Amino acid sequence: MHELAVAQALVEQVDAVIAQHGATQASLIRVRIGPLAGVVPELLATAFPLAAAGSRMQHADLEFAHAPIRVRCQTCGAETEAAMNRLVCGACGDWHTQIISGDELLLESVELETSPTLAPNS
Amino acid sequence: MCDTCGCNLTPGNKHLAFKPVAKGATAVSVLKGLLAKNDDQAAHNREHFDRRGILAINLMSSPGSGKTALLEATLVALKNDFNCAVIEGDLETENDAERIRAKGVQAHQIVTGTACHLDAHLVHDALHHMNLDGVDILFIENVGNLVCPASFDLGQHLNVTLLSVTEGDDKPAKYPVMFRAADAMLLTKTDLLAVLDDFDPDKAEAHLRNLANPAPVMRLSARKDLGMDAWLTWLREQLAAQRARVAQGQSRRPAIQSDGMKYHSVTA
Repeated sequence: MHELAVAQALVEQVDAVIAQHGATQASLIRVRIGPLAGVVPELLATAFPLAAAGSRMQHADLEFAHAPIRVRCQTCGAETEAAMNRLVCGACGDWHTQIISGDELLLESVELETSPTLAPNS
Repeated sequence: MCDTCGCNLTPGNKHLAFKPVAKGATAVSVLKGLLAKNDDQAAHNREHFDRRGILAINLMSSPGSGKTALLEATLVALKNDFNCAVIEGDLETENDAERIRAKGVQAHQIVTGTACHLDAHLVHDALHHMNLDGVDILFIENVGNLVCPASFDLGQHLNVTLLSVTEGDDKPAKYPVMFRAADAMLLTKTDLLAVLDDFDPDKAEAHLRNLANPAPVMRLSARKDLGMDAWLTWLREQLAAQRARVAQGQSRRPAIQSDGMKYHSVTA
C-alpha cells in the first residue's frame, strides 16, 4: 500500500547519488529490506517502475538483499534466528531480546553508468 | 554519519560495498535509510516539539478501535491541567477534528485523499496551521490502519497502539511491525468483554511480549470511563519525563526506531 511512497523516496535518493557522482544513469539499485521493516519487496518492485518512469534510473534493475530476522538475547546472550511474530530467544525462550537484523530499510548500493559512450550497445 | 569516507562500512556489510563492475560503470555504496528524507523531516518536527517542551504522541490502530473516543475522554479529563492540541489524519472528512473542537480543544484535520498513512511532511504542514504556544501535549491521530503508519516516523516521542476487544486478541501476532513499534498498548472497549467470549486480554499481552516488546498494556473503556486512571497517570508521567529530557537537552525517539539500523551505523 505505502510501497509507492517508499519507491518515490528511493528514486529521490538514487537521483541524488547520480547527481553527486556526475553519472548519467543508474543501472543497478540494491536495497536491503528486512521482514520487520513493513515494506514488501514484491510490492516495491511493482511500484518502482511507476516511480522511476522518465528518470535517470528507469532502466535500472532493482535487487533485494536478503535480511534474515536475528535477535540477541539480553538474558542468555545467544544470537538466534526468529520468526516475524515470535521474536523470542531461540536458545532460552526469553522475550527480552534485541533485533540485530531483519528490520532494515536500506539503500545499500547503486551501480552508476559514468560514460554512456563506453556502453556496449552504443 | 558520513557517506564519503567509508566509516559507515562494517565487517558485516563491507562485501556489499566493493564489487567489480563492468567498464564505464561505478558501484557506489550508499547504506542510507530508504526513508531518509522522511526521517530528516521527522527529526526537524521533533526539534520543534522539544524546543517548545511539547510531548508528541502518535495514536495508531485499525479503523474503529476508538482512537477519537479515547481522545475525547482524555482531553476532557486533562482540561484543567494541561493544554492539548490534536492533529487528525483521515482519508476524507473533517468529522474527527470537529469532534475534538467540540471539546474546546484545538484540532487540525489532515485529509490524505487516498494515502494510507501520515508522514513527517504532512505533519509538518499541519504544524504551520496550528498555534503551538503553551501546548503541553500534541496528539497525532494517524490514519486507521495497522500496516502502513508503523513505517513512517512523524517526529513523535511515543507511539500508542490501540487494540479494541472486538478485533481479536491475536492482532499483535498478525501485525507484528505495528505492535513492535508500540510504546504502550491500550486494550479499548473493555466494557464489551462481558459479552465477548473470544477475546482474552492476557493472550493479547502475551502476543505483544512475543514481539520482544516490554510496553505497558492498559485496559480501558473511554465511553464507560473504565481504567482511564492508569492511562491518564501514564500520560502525566510521560509528560514529566519529556520535560526532564528537554531540561537536559535530550530527546526521545519512539520504539519505531529500528535496532538493526543502529547495528548498520546508519543513524542520522
